[in-house]
Order: sequence, then structure tokens, then C-alpha cells
Amino acid sequence: MLTDYLKKLRKPPHSTHYRTLWQCVHLDVFLFPGLLLLATIGLVILFSASSQNPHAVELQAIRLLFSFALMFSVAQIPPVSLQRYAPALYVTGLILLIVVLLAGHIGKGAQRWLNVGIMRFQPAEIMKLAIPLLLAWYYHRSQLPVTLKSVLIALPIIFIPAMLTAKQPDLGTAILLIMAGCSVLFFAGLSIQFMGSSSALTLLCIPMAWYVLHDYQRQRILTFLNPERDPLGSGYHIIQSKIAIGSGGIFGKGWLNGTQSNLHFLPEHSTDFIFAICGEEFGFAGSMLLIALYMFIVMRGLYITLNAQDTFSRLLAGSITFTFFISFFINMGMVTGILPVVGVPLPLISYGGSSMVTTMISFGILMSIQTHRKLVTT
Amino acid sequence: MSTLIIFAGLIFLLVIRLAYLQIYKNDVYATQSTQNWLDLVPVEPTRGLIYDRNGVLLADNISVSSLDVVPAQVPDLSKTLSALRKVILLTDNDLVQFQKQLKQHRRFDEIPLKLRLSEEEVARFAENQHRFPGVRIKARLMRRYPFGDRFAHVVGYVGRINAKELNEIDQTNYSASHYIGKLGIEQFYEKALHGKVGYEETENDASGKPIRTLNEIKAIPGKNLYLTIDSNLQIVAERALDGHRGAIVAIDPATGQVLAMVSEPGFDPNAFVLGISYNDYQALQASNEKPLYDRALRGLYPPASTVKPFLALEALNEGSITPQDSIYDAGWFQLPNSTHRFHDWQRYGHGTVNLDKAIAYSCDTYFYRLADKIGIRRINHILSQFGFGTPTGIDLDHELSGVVASPEWKRKVKGARWYDGDTIISVIGQGYMQATPLQLANATAILANHGKRFVPYLLQGEQLPGAHYNEQKPIALDPIVLNDETHWDTVIRAMQNVVDLPQGTGYRFGQHRKYTVASKTGTAQITVRRRNPNEEDNQEALPEKLRDHHWFITFAPVLQPKIALVIMTENSNNAVKAARIILDYYLEAEQNVNRLSQKTEKTAS
Repeated sequence: MLTDYLKKLRKPPHSTHYRTLWQCVHLDVFLFPGLLLLATIGLVILFSASSQNPHAVELQAIRLLFSFALMFSVAQIPPVSLQRYAPALYVTGLILLIVVLLAGHIGKGAQRWLNVGIMRFQPAEIMKLAIPLLLAWYYHRSQLPVTLKSVLIALPIIFIPAMLTAKQPDLGTAILLIMAGCSVLFFAGLSIQFMGSSSALTLLCIPMAWYVLHDYQRQRILTFLNPERDPLGSGYHIIQSKIAIGSGGIFGKGWLNGTQSNLHFLPEHSTDFIFAICGEEFGFAGSMLLIALYMFIVMRGLYITLNAQDTFSRLLAGSITFTFFISFFINMGMVTGILPVVGVPLPLISYGGSSMVTTMISFGILMSIQTHRKLVTT
Repeated sequence: MSTLIIFAGLIFLLVIRLAYLQIYKNDVYATQSTQNWLDLVPVEPTRGLIYDRNGVLLADNISVSSLDVVPAQVPDLSKTLSALRKVILLTDNDLVQFQKQLKQHRRFDEIPLKLRLSEEEVARFAENQHRFPGVRIKARLMRRYPFGDRFAHVVGYVGRINAKELNEIDQTNYSASHYIGKLGIEQFYEKALHGKVGYEETENDASGKPIRTLNEIKAIPGKNLYLTIDSNLQIVAERALDGHRGAIVAIDPATGQVLAMVSEPGFDPNAFVLGISYNDYQALQASNEKPLYDRALRGLYPPASTVKPFLALEALNEGSITPQDSIYDAGWFQLPNSTHRFHDWQRYGHGTVNLDKAIAYSCDTYFYRLADKIGIRRINHILSQFGFGTPTGIDLDHELSGVVASPEWKRKVKGARWYDGDTIISVIGQGYMQATPLQLANATAILANHGKRFVPYLLQGEQLPGAHYNEQKPIALDPIVLNDETHWDTVIRAMQNVVDLPQGTGYRFGQHRKYTVASKTGTAQITVRRRNPNEEDNQEALPEKLRDHHWFITFAPVLQPKIALVIMTENSNNAVKAARIILDYYLEAEQNVNRLSQKTEKTAS
């Protein structure tokens, strides 16, 4: 009985090939163990970063379980269905963004969150998926390669939600939104020259962006350019995290032996600055291993992108992989002081749930793209 | 392919940077990290003080010695706590509060275990200090409310920051603070009172002991607040209630400044500062007297006959009645096509009654007719103009808006249609309408002002220590404009008769005073008793909780009013008597001189 069932599951009626068990459950044989390992390492670092607070680790583990479950569910949805809902998801996300912004104006101060039961949710996170989905859907329907007209249509799709997010104010997520959107254009074959000239145009827009930014965001950029300018304020993070990382040396001080990370007044030390603890306690070697693990996941993402069978899947997979890469790069860049502090969490390791959920859903999509391919004999 | 090149390039950059920091510059950073590391210690700003209008302190800070624990430096927390109990008296409540704080703080934070150590305890701990690493005595400032329960509802209190508040505040600014305003002025003006955190950057040795302070950003203390409250008047008002439950609100009609705001009984806010125990809090909550309930701000009561002057104004204004029109009151009123009789509170009626007498005697029949003439729309129109049905906008949180009942309201809330009888009953304030004492005081002030409206407020001014005094300006709203301004005088003259005519419902207020006064009484029934002429209404025979609530609204002097006053007594008819005591105190010349001299002192200093 059971063997019959399994047989049917692995070889559907119209297929000529057996599927592997991994494919049956729509999980990727490389991504899944990679992500699991990354999440485990994250919990280990978090225990140290939270000053050995088991409560924080427990909470984070629950969020991880929830996110993995979501990833698993999303992986079951074939890309064709995802395509169908792309426009609706985008419009919903945009409305929620506006709602949150208006609510923020009415209430006091920054408002990025919507409260939904067990987790607070940031509508900007929806856009991280909705923008690439909508653009991939759009380019899948129109002709490739990209035309000037299609780029002009894509730009507002990317920049309207990005501006709304920057205004919240959440510069980090806004940058990720732009990256996610532009990467679709890039994978759609927009020429390097074009990207180059538009980057030049963006540079020209910087004075304008300066005007849009909130005061504390300007402070952060100024502080990045010169950390000593404000050693007790925003510059403190960068100075302290450089000391933490630098004092780690080649092999680090060992787990739970970090001193720098336990300092007062590094409120982000378990969220955005958690990489500093990794650098301090596990040293250069540990950081390299972590980067290698991230790159392993990224390479698998690229492989899936190259093997995707239609334009929609290829663009979406490319954008997801690129966004994952760019978020861990920006985070490590800002913690080591080569990029300004813009508030991007380290994927799957930083404490917090909102971006973790999105990241895991996007990996669910990647796995769905990989495991729903129609096998053709070559 | 180009993707790969970009990725490789960026990763290369990162690797180079890490190698530079961790290998090339390792010794520099290692030195900084282990030998002389820098620490940034937040410094708590001093909380602003709260004064009344004459400079009397209502909330101040006293310095206390507290026993602080840094969990990260304690080898075995539970052992330490039990050993500490032998040296210092720790109540179960202290430990419960401490465990709560423990969850919210980082392990390197100082968490107060017990505030207010006695000198003896300080000495005893000092002897034993070596046994308790990570436990130390620290000088702190603690909030104190010198008047105890007198100003509890207005001034409010501070308490330890709880998990929910922690999510809402700017955590950086509160990194050295343990307290936050929870109620009243302390809550509403939390931002001004708290101030801004300061920092001390210290250079520490390897064991973490500070060697020297390198850099310092001074904490900016909170602002001192001066309230519009006159504490003398507040105390007189509270005493005038004579132990009865109730509320008193006094407003200066010329500005909207709240001179007194009493809700009786009160509670001791000092208990909340130390962290009230669960049992004590339950006792306060469960008490029949409801001491935690701010009757002045949040008590919803039927306004009863106090709405009559406002409605008379509307009827005059739209020409439905004239001051001379009179009716014959036989003790009841009947709608056409109906047999139901609406009874007057006076069994056999008041005889021939014009507007003047109708207000003075509080004649129900006269107003039943008036209601039938002007209808519910006009009634609600004027009540809304006097601020009923919406919060007054006073500078306190949690104000309630009360109810001005309309047919739409009844359909939505009660799911029933509006009957003509609902209109009739609303004119004596016994229908669905509900108002807070504050709203009624606000409306009385507007009446005293001939329609000029101000938002009532409690903050007279604020001052950063050493900086100049920043006065709060009154906020004027659009005035109520009548077709004929003399209608104000008509109604106010009638209200004077309430206390001046022997048959007036407020005659008990008494004569022989040096000021003129305009008033209106109100009786809000608790039980539904039919106004039956055959039934004697004997209040004394009823259990206390079922007796009527009594209102008294008043302002004085009639020309250029200095005070608009509302008194509400629950299950007691003490309101008129209390009003006399309060107005006598506030308006008698001698007292006035005293107050003036106090004021000049304040401006001189």
C-alpha cells in the first residue's frame, strides 16, 4: 500500500522520470541544510549577544520554526500560481504602506509596524517580495529584452514604495527594495551601460535625497564619513563594533568570552550589530566560515536562477538571490565600517522576526522554482 | 557571469576589510578592548517638579539610598537574595517587583531591589558588602507626593516602566530611568517632565572599574511645571465634600484655567512609586468607594435638571418662547395622542410659571412643553455647542466624551427607534444623556462668559531650571453667538433666583454673602422610581447606594465671574452646602488679598 503510494508520488502518471523524495516535498537538497545550519549558528551567536538570555534565544527559535514552516508551505505553491497573485500582492502591500505612514503621522514618531497576533509585521517587508514578483510578472508577459518603455514603467513600481519606506523612516529596507527591483531589471538583461548611466543619474539625485531623509538618517551618513565626529552618539556604534571585531584576531576570544559586546549602550548588539559579536568571539576564521556559508547559499540560488525554465522564474530567482546577497553584504559592510549604518539586519541571524519571515518565504519561492521544474530528457 | 564578478568583487572587499581589522590592526584593537576600554554610562535626568499656581510643591524628588543589583556580577542570584534577606528587610513584594524588572533589563543594568533603605540598613549592608559582589547602595532620587491622596487624580503618579511602555518609549532616552508617568499630569506631560539622558564616557581598567571620566554630556533635567490648580481651593473643596463620594471642578471662566479638580475618595500615589503590592492594588480596585476612579474626568452621570438653563437659551434664541410667556403647571404634561403623563417633581405642580420661575423652581412641566416645541435636533444642537458629547480637550489622558443622545445614536447603540417621549425626558437630563463633571463645569464657564469658549487646561506654565518661565496661553474656541445677546442675562437672572428666591431649589445655599451668584441644581435618580403623586419620595428611607446623586452648578460673581464651579455628590444632597463653603472661601475679600500677595512673591522670586 504505502510503497504503491510512494511510487505514485515519485512518478506522476504523465511523467517519464522518477522524482527524488526531496522533490516530492519540494525542498531543495542544498538550500535546506544550508539554511538550517545558518539558523543554528545564529542561535548560538544570539545566546552570547543577548548576554546569555535563554528567553531571547527561545523566542528567536520559535520565530525560526514559524518561518521555516512558512518556507515549507510556500515551496508547495507552483510558480504559475505565484504569478497570478503578483499584482494583487503588490497593491495590498502599497495600501498597507500608506496606511502605516498615515497612522505614523497621527500617532507619535516612527511607525513601521502593523500588529498581527504573534508578530508585529512591517508592510515594507511585503514589498521586498511584491516588487520582484510584479516586475518578473510584467517582464514575463512583455517582450524581452527590455525596452526603454518597459524600464520607464518599472521605475515607479520600484521607487514609489521605496520612497514611502524611506519616509517611515526605514532607510535600510528602502535600499533593499531598490536593490530587489533593480536586480530584476539587471537579470532581464538591461545593459551595463544603461545601468551605468542611470547610476550616474542617481548620483545627481543625491542632493534631492538628502532633502527627503530624516535628520537622524543624515546624521548617520555624516557619522559614517567621519565616526569621530560624534563619538558619544551614532559614531559610538561604529567605533565599538570596529574594536570588537578587530580585537577578535584570527581565532577570536571564544564563545561567550567577548568583552566588548557586553558593553553598555550598544542597544543594537543583538540585532543589526550582531556580526560584531561573531567577529569578536570567533575571529577572522569564524567570520570567513560564516561568509562562506552565506556564499554557499547564494551560489545555489544562482544555480537555480540559471536553470529556471521561464522568464518569470528566472527573474524572480535572480532577484531573490541578489537581495539575499546584498542584505548580508550591506550588514557586514556597515558593521565593519565600510558602509554607512543604514539599519539592515543580518539575514537569519539578527534578533527579530519581520525580515526573517520574508527571507524564509523568499527561499520557499526559490525551492518552489527549483522543484516544480518539468523534467525534460536531454 | 557578470553577477558572479560583482559578487566576487564585493566579497573580496569584505574579506580584505576583515583581514585589515582582525589581522593587521589586531594589536591596536586588542589593546583598546582589554586594557583600557571605554564605557558609556547613561546618567538619569532629574525629573521636573510640579507646583500649583501659587508655587506650592505637589510633586518633588527626595534622595534615597536604594539597594541595586547588577545581575551579571552576581555569581548566584537566588543564594545572594536569600542571604540578603538576613541583612536587610525584604518584603515579598520587593522580590516580586525585582523579578519583574529582571526580565526587562539587560544583565549589565543596575536594577533596584529595594528603594528607601533606612540609615540603619545602609550601615548594616556596608559592613557586609564584601559578601555581596554585584550588590551596591546607590543614591537615587525618588518621586514624592507631599499631599498624599489630595491631588492623586490630577497630578497622577509615576511607577516603574513596564514591558508595554518599554516598547513605546525612546529606549535610549530612558536608558538610565526607571520611572515613567502613569496617570494625570505625570503621564500627560511625561515628555517635558522626564528631560534628556546624559552620558559619562569613562575609561575603565581590565576589571571594569572606572579610572577617569573622559567625556561628559550632561543630562538635561525635566521641566518644572506650574499648574493652574489652587491647592488651597482644592483642599477647601475636598473638605467641603465632608467625606462623601463625589467630584468638584472649578474653572476660571476668563481663561479656562482649572482652579480645582477633586474626585473623592482619592488614593495615596506614593504607594505606586515604590511599586504597589498585588494585594494592596486588588483592595483599591475592589473597594466599593472606587478610589481609583476619577469621577471628575471619567465619571458619567445623567446631568439631570442642570441642562435646563442651556435649553432655555436655545428656546429663547430661536423665538419659541419669550421671558414673559407663562404656562399653568398642574403637575404633569401629556403629549397629544398619548395618555402617558410626564410628572413634575412637585406633586401638584407649580401653578402659573414663566421662564424665570421655571428655572428657579426647576419646573419640569414647563420644560416638557419647551422640549415638545423645539424638538430633539435643537436640544442636541445647543448641548453640543456647550461642549457636551465631546471631550473638553483638557490636558489629561483618558477623558471620556459622555453622550448627547440623538435618534441616530439610539438606533446605533440601543437598536431601538426614537420616541417623542425620549425627547421630553431628555429635557430634564434624565434620558440617555451622560456628562462628566468636567464637561458640566466647562459648560457653566461658557454660560458665565456669555458664550466665550476656552479649552479647560491645567498647565499654567513650564520652566527649565535656570531658564525663563514659559507661560501657557489660553486656547479660545469659536464663541456661541445668539441672535439677541440679552438672552444671556435673562437666563442668568433666572439662575440667580435659584438661590435668592425662598422657593428656589438652591435656597439652602443661604443669604448674607458679599457676592452675587447664579446657579442651578440637579437631581439624578439612581433607581427608576415612577413620579407618582401618591408615593412619598423619602430619600432617607432608601439604602445609601440607591439615593439620588446631586448636582450644583454655579458661577460668581454674576458680573465678571471669577469662578465657575460644579459639584456632584454621589448618593448625597451635600452639594449646595459644599458650594457655599467653596465660594465663600474663594471670593471673600480677605482671602483674595492673601492670594494676591502670594502671587507677587512668586513673580518676585
